[in-house]
Amino acid sequence: MASNKKYWKSVEELDENSSIVDTLRKNEFVEEIPTDEFLGDKESLESSSTTRRDFLKYVGFSTAAASLAACEGPVIKSIPYVVKPDGIIPGVADFYATTMADGFDFANVLVKVREGRPIKIEPNKEAHGTTNARVQASVLSLYDSLRLKEPLLDGESISWSDANSQIIKKLEDVKTAGKTIAFLTSTDASPLTSDLINQLGKNYGDVRHVIYDSVSESAAIDAFEAMYGSRALPSYDFSKASTIVSIGADFLGDWQGGGFDVGYAKGRVPDHGKMSHHTQFEANMSLSGANADVRVKAKPSVQKTLLADLYNVIVNGASAKDANVAKAVKQIKSAGSNAVVITGIQDKDAQLLALAINKAIDSEVVDASITNNTRQGNDTAVAQLISDMNSGTIGALIINNSNPVYTLADSAEFVEGIGKVDVSVAFSMTNNETVEAVQYALATPHYLESWGVLEMKKGAFSLMQPTIRPLFDTKQFQDCLLQWNGKSESYNDYIKTSFAEMGASKSWNQSLHDGNFTATSLSQESTSKGVVDILKAYNSLSSAKGSELELQLYTKVGLGDGQQANNPWLQELPDPITRTTWDNYVSISKGDAERIGVTNWNVADGGLNGSLVELTVNGIAVTIPALIQPGQALGSLGIALGYGRKVGLKPEMQTGKNAYLFYKGFDSAQSDVSIKVVSGAHEFACIQLHNTLMGRGDIIKETNLSTYNDHTLDPKHSWNPVPMVSLKHQEVEATSVDLWDEFDTSVGPHFNLSIDLNSCTGCGACVIACQSENNVPVVGKEEMRKSRDMHWLRIDRYYSHEESFSGDDTFKDEAESGYISTMRALEDPSENPQVVFQPVMCQHCNHAPCETVCPVAATSHGRQGQNQMTYNRCVGTRYCANNCPYKVRRFNWFNYANNNEFDFNMNDDLGRMVLNPDVTVRSRGVMEKCSMCIQKTQASILQAKKEGRPVTDDEFETACSSACGTGSIVFGDVNDKESEITEMVEDTRSYHLLEHVGTRPNVVYQVKVRNTEV
Amino acid sequence: MASHYEASIRQPLIIGNKSYHDITVEVAAPVEGKANKQWWIVFSIALIAFLWGIGCIVYTVGTGIGVWGLNKTVGWAWDITNFVWWVGIGHAGTLISAVLLLFRQKWRMGINRSAEAMTIFSVIQAGLFPIIHMGRPWQAYWVLPLPNQFGSLWVNFNSPLLWDVFAISTYLSVSLVFWWTGLLPDFAMLRDRAVRPFQKKIYSLLSFGWTGRAKDWQRFEEVSLVLAGLATPLVLSVHTIVSMDFATAVIPGWHTTIFPPYFVAGAVFSGFAMVNTLLIIMRKVSNLEAYITIQHIELMNIVIMITGSIVGCAYITELFIAWYSGVEYEQYAFLNRATGPYWWAYLFMMSCNVFSPQFMWSKKLRTSIAFSFFISIVVNIGMWFERFVIIVTSLHRDYLPSAWTMFSPTFVDIGIFIGTIGFFFVLFLLYARTFPVIAQAEVKSILKSSGDNYKRHRDAGGENPAPTKQTKK
Repeated sequence: MASNKKYWKSVEELDENSSIVDTLRKNEFVEEIPTDEFLGDKESLESSSTTRRDFLKYVGFSTAAASLAACEGPVIKSIPYVVKPDGIIPGVADFYATTMADGFDFANVLVKVREGRPIKIEPNKEAHGTTNARVQASVLSLYDSLRLKEPLLDGESISWSDANSQIIKKLEDVKTAGKTIAFLTSTDASPLTSDLINQLGKNYGDVRHVIYDSVSESAAIDAFEAMYGSRALPSYDFSKASTIVSIGADFLGDWQGGGFDVGYAKGRVPDHGKMSHHTQFEANMSLSGANADVRVKAKPSVQKTLLADLYNVIVNGASAKDANVAKAVKQIKSAGSNAVVITGIQDKDAQLLALAINKAIDSEVVDASITNNTRQGNDTAVAQLISDMNSGTIGALIINNSNPVYTLADSAEFVEGIGKVDVSVAFSMTNNETVEAVQYALATPHYLESWGVLEMKKGAFSLMQPTIRPLFDTKQFQDCLLQWNGKSESYNDYIKTSFAEMGASKSWNQSLHDGNFTATSLSQESTSKGVVDILKAYNSLSSAKGSELELQLYTKVGLGDGQQANNPWLQELPDPITRTTWDNYVSISKGDAERIGVTNWNVADGGLNGSLVELTVNGIAVTIPALIQPGQALGSLGIALGYGRKVGLKPEMQTGKNAYLFYKGFDSAQSDVSIKVVSGAHEFACIQLHNTLMGRGDIIKETNLSTYNDHTLDPKHSWNPVPMVSLKHQEVEATSVDLWDEFDTSVGPHFNLSIDLNSCTGCGACVIACQSENNVPVVGKEEMRKSRDMHWLRIDRYYSHEESFSGDDTFKDEAESGYISTMRALEDPSENPQVVFQPVMCQHCNHAPCETVCPVAATSHGRQGQNQMTYNRCVGTRYCANNCPYKVRRFNWFNYANNNEFDFNMNDDLGRMVLNPDVTVRSRGVMEKCSMCIQKTQASILQAKKEGRPVTDDEFETACSSACGTGSIVFGDVNDKESEITEMVEDTRSYHLLEHVGTRPNVVYQVKVRNTEV
Repeated sequence: MASHYEASIRQPLIIGNKSYHDITVEVAAPVEGKANKQWWIVFSIALIAFLWGIGCIVYTVGTGIGVWGLNKTVGWAWDITNFVWWVGIGHAGTLISAVLLLFRQKWRMGINRSAEAMTIFSVIQAGLFPIIHMGRPWQAYWVLPLPNQFGSLWVNFNSPLLWDVFAISTYLSVSLVFWWTGLLPDFAMLRDRAVRPFQKKIYSLLSFGWTGRAKDWQRFEEVSLVLAGLATPLVLSVHTIVSMDFATAVIPGWHTTIFPPYFVAGAVFSGFAMVNTLLIIMRKVSNLEAYITIQHIELMNIVIMITGSIVGCAYITELFIAWYSGVEYEQYAFLNRATGPYWWAYLFMMSCNVFSPQFMWSKKLRTSIAFSFFISIVVNIGMWFERFVIIVTSLHRDYLPSAWTMFSPTFVDIGIFIGTIGFFFVLFLLYARTFPVIAQAEVKSILKSSGDNYKRHRDAGGENPAPTKQTKK
């Protein structure tokens, strides 16, 4: 309602005819504004200090000032805890014991959690946990932005309640139709999962549970079942072995679930003059072969006859047909029951023979009573399931944590089978090929968001607990099973109930705290032992026929079976043998390469190129690059599984070719192989472009066991020589001559790091641990190819030119063909070289060449012995990197974080959650390098200080020393005379890298002792 | 006057029947005349190259050093190669103007102005590289020992890079002052001749109010001598310090005590070659053949020959010492230099720097203008490769074979190098059109002793000084 009120402005308004009112209405300003007077008065105008131009300046300034004031710096929304959650102190990390299990890797781990975010995986040493590179990297897979984030029905989003009710209804329909409900799961080593599936059978009739390992150990399990009656694998304790004979088993890799390197390494460090002797017969150059004392090249078919020969000699007492077998037998005989023979041949007969040999020599290494449950797959059952799917007898297919559409050799048949079942469900954490093929794709949480109980070895249980609330709308497979069974309890409750019945050695809380407990095994004891026809096995094996060219499939320490393919850390982890990243390829022997016309060459910037070949196996052709591999058995080819995935991967991660296509009959060895060179070249991202040591024996010092044991020798003048220089015409030790003043290291700790070349297997766990701890960026394939890797810790791998490295030294010293041609010859590795691994990080020199050359003093020496890098001060001249004899300094060529050109984990909000808040993310243009994990040592020191006690020896650790399962990397304070590191530094085997340069490093290496004959 | 006497066997330094006025006119001609078409063409090319270089620099600074071809093993390549190359070229100017002044070499007078200009322009190019090669060039001022609020935060006086900062900046400032001092009477000459007011104003500013009084001349001579004394040690120190970037490092192939003299000789070598390159063109284009004579070119060729041989000696010494040391890493570094993947660069270096100057033993060749020009280009190519060989082949295969790799330049590396060449020529061409390119005041001082006509007159038994005033126009 409009107001009718009228306001009077003056009494004059009462008079309607008032001229004043009229005048005012016409002219508001009664008095003229004297503009003319003002502007007309030139005199005062000119005397005014404010000119028109000044006025404009003022206007301009105030506008600019106002707009500048309106601008703000970038706003970072960091929200503090309003109410601090119990148990979380911002800035202080919590550790939770849990268990990794993804069907391929199983490990007891400790998870470092900062402000509710898991950021680092460490081995749970109290539960005998060890971590490989994939386990270390698994924390990044949690923050994979392309994970399956919610349940889907035919690719469309669906709610969990709808999905579950629909599936339950459909399962009932299947039951009514009298068809089978089939579960296809990966090995999860959990006794409860199979229980839950079995319980489902009570409600839904015919339920079949098929366990499928993408990389199968079924032959070994079949053999064990035939001999010992239960479907499992025996456990091996290589620390008890004094002779190891492996025929095609990469037991330092992923053979039978892996994790054998710890025991192996114990036997490899000479102790009281003894170390184990390791003979490896193999086709591809594997980690095991690289660490062996004797490595014999043998293509897969030859391995079979060698094994048969070995069996025949040991068990039947025949004489050896092969000289290498005879040598191996000699070693086995001398070791008696401390010997072990293992094989990786995917053939039941071969596995039977190996078991029989171990039984015959009564090997203490093998324990058939404690079974290993980390591989349970059954190839026959899988094949049966696929044929049943296609024949229409399967009503429902429920897949858990498995990607058969990608991993099956004949996945087309499987996909066709999926089309014939009434209901298909896939539980999956990742978005993958199988998820796309099924009707219901149900998102499961990462193991860091899950509950679980595992029995990796008989009687040894591990608990899995969430370390973060699920990031996405996910549900565990077991939770759904419980729901389908009509139960309302959660899997967590179910585990607790079951735990109570297990008769565990500890309370629930204590077990959860520790991450493990022991109890009687839930799995059924075997009742009958089958009768084994060993003779038949021997006959079939000894008559094994090979073909001219054979293919040996293997898994890499980086990608494994390929389920973590969207993990950039693993893609960028250099293969320990070829040191190639972001790729798989055919490895081919030099002889075959020359015969076929395969070449590898370096282009102008050093990058490695290789020929492309068309490889045809069982009629399936794939074009793939070829890499000439020293040590590859003539007539054999190798390809890594796990590459070539496309679905659910960022474009950068879609690397390599899918070798599962060749994995016919779950046999890693294939004989129907042909190869031809096709036009074109492939650009490898190989980060070690020079493969040999060039006879530089002082970089990697080595000796053999008998020399090492000869106590009449003075190590300093024989097998661990100290470089000498001439000072005033006297030969003195190079380390005694010095240009610089000593630093005072007597106050506080003085850190040293020891690397034992004997126990380093080259596995690469430390590389990923370092990357994870120190926010090391991923740079991608192109940058890796340009030798711009950012890893603070690298593991150098060298091949010998002669048969051994000592042979190289002799070859160089004699230089019979002249110096130039000798040095040129040394550039080429032998066809069956000795291999050595050497982890190299910043050596933290006490007299560091980098420190003197920095113009702005951005790198300087710490009181605790570290060579410290101050990122803020660095202007990026790279002089320090040039002057580093070890080439361990890494330059930020670009901005690697928040840069679309580097679309890896640091370029997305989720991926950045893995960053360690204690370590700066470096900007472009600055140098970086190993800091000896100063954030960890400082945290230990502060903790001890707060508690008013000295720091104990085992508190000091670096990411690499903590991740090193074999104990090769030891870190500590040399001012603590009781510490392990002091002992290592003072050991007769210790030496410094490039001692003659006079850098006085704080990293020491231990001379590699080989158990070879002189 | 006795000072006017010069032995008759000495060749005249000024050819033709020149009078003082002729010299004035001929030196002022390029400044007062209009630029011809060729000048504009060359200038445009140089400007385009310069702009392209700026583009590449902006791209580098905006994106990161990763746009260059460097990697973890080879942290310096074209950047520092170009830096040392340009610094080396900059050596000739000071040597000619300062050292030859102290040694009373009169032939320097015809060439010192341009040689010094070249020095300054090339040191400017050189100075660019240490800044743009930094990962964070916006923090470049941190290499200066500036007082700051961070307490004891200071530069690292142990670092040869810091010594470089001092050496290069000192060299640039002393050279600039020395050059400018010499320019004062010549600018004054241009000022006095200028007819346009603007020109007159500029040149009077540039000449700092030179009046030509006897006092001016006396001070001028004194300052020149003092500055020559100051600049002489710089000739040795600058490249000595630049060589210490390498010599103090621990990398085999860098860690060499021979570097300081070897680098200085190399620098003089390349500097003289560059002077030859520039002056052979300039004397033609600007009609200065009378002042920059064949004899000048011949003398510079002799310097090139001698310094080239010194450099060659150094190369051989390095190889010998590597072998003699018995140090495996050292031996391999030099073996790899000569026979490794960069053998072609080594071959370029050897043939351009050691073999090509040996042709100068022949009088016929060293007095051939075309041949001298050709060799001067060859020498500069060779000296660029010398730095490339030292830097890249030492780094790319050092101690640990696992880190060995190769280097290949990107278009940005090449673009920046070409850009600095463009920048250099932009500056030099502008200089040639606006500055008195011959130190005419000094040249006039030797006219009566070394002028062709005066010498001929004396040889013919004439009075000294000759009263042969040529009447022209």
